[in-house]
Amino acid sequence: MIEVRGVHKSFGHLEVLKGIDLTVAAGSVTVILGPSGSGKSTLLRVINHLEKVDRGHVRVDGELIGYRQHGTKLYELRERQILEQRRGIGFVFQTFNLFPHLTALQNVTEAMRGPREAVHRKALERLERVGLADKAASYPRQLSGGQQQRVAIARALALDPKLVLFDEPTSALDPELVGEVLDVMRDLAAAGTTMIVVTHEIGFAREVADTIVFLDEGRLIEQGTPAEVLDSPKHDRTRAFLSKVLV
Amino acid sequence: MTVLSSPPAAALAADEGDRLTVVPARHPWRWVATVIALVLVAQLAHGLITNPGWDWTTFAGYFFEKSVMQALLVTLELTFLGAFLGFLGGLILAPMRLSKNRVLQSVSWTYIWVFRSVPLIVQLLFWANLGYLYETLQFGVPFGPGFFHFETKSLVSSFGAALLGLALHEAAYAAEIVRSGIVSVDQRQLEAAAALGIPRLRQFRRILLPQAMRAILPTAANELVNLLKSTSVVYVLAIGEIFYQVQVVYGRTGRVVPLLMVATVWYVILTAVLSVFQHYVERHFNRGWRR
Repeated sequence: MIEVRGVHKSFGHLEVLKGIDLTVAAGSVTVILGPSGSGKSTLLRVINHLEKVDRGHVRVDGELIGYRQHGTKLYELRERQILEQRRGIGFVFQTFNLFPHLTALQNVTEAMRGPREAVHRKALERLERVGLADKAASYPRQLSGGQQQRVAIARALALDPKLVLFDEPTSALDPELVGEVLDVMRDLAAAGTTMIVVTHEIGFAREVADTIVFLDEGRLIEQGTPAEVLDSPKHDRTRAFLSKVLV
Repeated sequence: MTVLSSPPAAALAADEGDRLTVVPARHPWRWVATVIALVLVAQLAHGLITNPGWDWTTFAGYFFEKSVMQALLVTLELTFLGAFLGFLGGLILAPMRLSKNRVLQSVSWTYIWVFRSVPLIVQLLFWANLGYLYETLQFGVPFGPGFFHFETKSLVSSFGAALLGLALHEAAYAAEIVRSGIVSVDQRQLEAAAALGIPRLRQFRRILLPQAMRAILPTAANELVNLLKSTSVVYVLAIGEIFYQVQVVYGRTGRVVPLLMVATVWYVILTAVLSVFQHYVERHFNRGWRR
């Protein structure tokens, strides 16, 4: 279970998150919708401590992320400990961010631990899962955008994360390549992976999400099942946003 | 030419389009330039062969001569040890300059500033005269008691002084070359590595450096060639590298030009070898960028 409590975050004078509370059940899929600049990506990046919060905290399975509580104070963890925590939280970037000098297989194995043989086998199995076992020896440049993103997903899954965060995973893709990435994500959801997804793919959200949350100007203004949020939004802002997206 | 007088392409019938042939543009001036260049090259070659001043017999006599070979070895030692120590220094100074810690930043910045400012020849003379500044060197607690004492002159030979000077000089340039490589890498690469929980040092070694190498290598190779030639400056410390050695010989025989050519041709050959080496190393680090 993921708990986000009272999270505030500012960049300089600009307050991007203004007190976010969010609970995500294990094995569920949560889709975050919202206009650009509403703080969706920042919220995602706060969850694995790529951004530090100014106030509030994040817990994953009860474990405080990025901090250690002592009395009423939160002490920031050492970098080594934070890196260790991140291994339990997969992150899929909008721009894939594969390592260009490593093959698809090496990208997947890079952060893995254990005996060489086992690591190799498991990495191949992950590539298989995203349908790219035959591209193991290819370099990212030799793959299409959709294939690169699927390798990036395999790379995140290779560490057996408790949770996978997706930051607009299909926004940098050509329209005809979006489907293959969404298919992989659909499979993950069906297999019970806990996922938090920032996306503009409303169709995907309707079909796969257990919960949709709507973020606007750093506040979480609406939350519910796809039917509740997409078909009968309570908030004007949500309605305005959906009317633009669901042309 | 048929194309120009034809109706617009769109109006061409399909069968007519099949009969048209493509004639590449002609470049008459390119031919003129080629002829001029060839004449100049021929003139140069003719001069090199016929002018007795080049004295190719003396050149050939000294090219593989024993003292020249030994001097060549010293030049190579200075180049490779200097480059190795210099780039080792650069690998420490560059991350320091990019550090978030202000003290580390300024120390690195100041080092680079000072060692780039001082001409190599001046610096070499300083190191050679270190014994004048500090007669003994000691190891021990900073500002406190020392445990080991050395005579500066016995510790820093003139070869040592030359190497020290070259390496310190080189480190300043290497630091900037390495830094330019590091900043050329997309920051999102490190973010991806951090998101995967890859430890800091491994991020640097496995993700950052191999990608930075693409930007580092061409300039580093340039710097290495520069260093190869800069070793000639250490002749001021009377170290028997190749430039010093040919001076010794022509001081004795008076054959200045052929002996300068001996040194010149060796420098050219070594640079060529380095260029070939550079080609293969660059190819290695370009993997993943070729399709």
